[in-house]
Amino acid sequence: MKRHLTTVLPSILLGAGTLILPATLWAADPAAGAAGWTKEYPQADGSAPRSCVTCHGRDLTRPGRQANTGKVIEPMAPSVNPQRLTDPAKIEKWLTRNCRWTLGRECTADEKADFIAYIKTQ
Amino acid sequence: MRPFPYKSVLTLLLTGTLAMGTVHLAFADDDDDDDDDERGRERSGLFESRQTPAPVVNATYSQECGSCHMAYQPGLLPPQAWAQIMTPEALANHYGDDASLSEELRTEISTFLGADASDVSLQMVPSGAGNAGGASALPRITDSVDFKREHDEIPARLVTGNPEVGSFSQCNACHRKAAEGNYDERWIDIPGHGPWKD
Repeated sequence: MKRHLTTVLPSILLGAGTLILPATLWAADPAAGAAGWTKEYPQADGSAPRSCVTCHGRDLTRPGRQANTGKVIEPMAPSVNPQRLTDPAKIEKWLTRNCRWTLGRECTADEKADFIAYIKTQ
Repeated sequence: MRPFPYKSVLTLLLTGTLAMGTVHLAFADDDDDDDDDERGRERSGLFESRQTPAPVVNATYSQECGSCHMAYQPGLLPPQAWAQIMTPEALANHYGDDASLSEELRTEISTFLGADASDVSLQMVPSGAGNAGGASALPRITDSVDFKREHDEIPARLVTGNPEVGSFSQCNACHRKAAEGNYDERWIDIPGHGPWKD
């Protein structure tokens, strides 16, 4: 669905000149975000493979645990933690940091939108 | 609780300089009179050194750094060490983690940590940090002479071998008031072990 839209819609939107919508409005895919959440990435430095689950856990309504320091991370799910996804700067900061640390690179705009869409549903 | 006879006040004053060897380091930050920094430094004499490191009072620092680990008091490292830690390159590999900050936040926190200060005469001198590149070369509070002297008698099993502690960098696991800048021996409670007396 999303991949289809991403190929078709841009030409429509660009064709309409100024009518360009933010990608997140039509590209975000909670299912892709869910899959990305548990996907493990091998680490170049030989440390154990990482995923979002490494620190946040699988159940977003439960607290997580910072893998290095052990510090408790409050639940990601807005349903139990209404503070989540309310501060755009914070979202951008953590997606930047955590994508670099976990995936070994920055996430694409699509990937970030998918993660947010997934977290929103939790 | 342990009894607290009057003479222990004196004892504390005397042992304080040993037991709290690191606390004078925060003195420049412990001075309420922010516009008179020199006076703050002059006051950090032997007896006043019993005062505790300045509590963390910068909300940005508490939030940004404290979300992953205890927000270590600025006085626990000298300014040039904080300056090293707070470069964009070092933050991107922050002891094996990515702690990148926006330039705005990085500047605010650097300023709070004193990373832009030049007077290091009263600060703790780190040792053991190599000159090689990479995260391992970043200054560590646990590498400082003062830290090692205070912790050299603690068996590893109570810290690194203790699942409730895990590392010497988890100050607040045993120093129950560490987050408030209070490392006084009377507030030590090692999980699964209890108080620690030198």
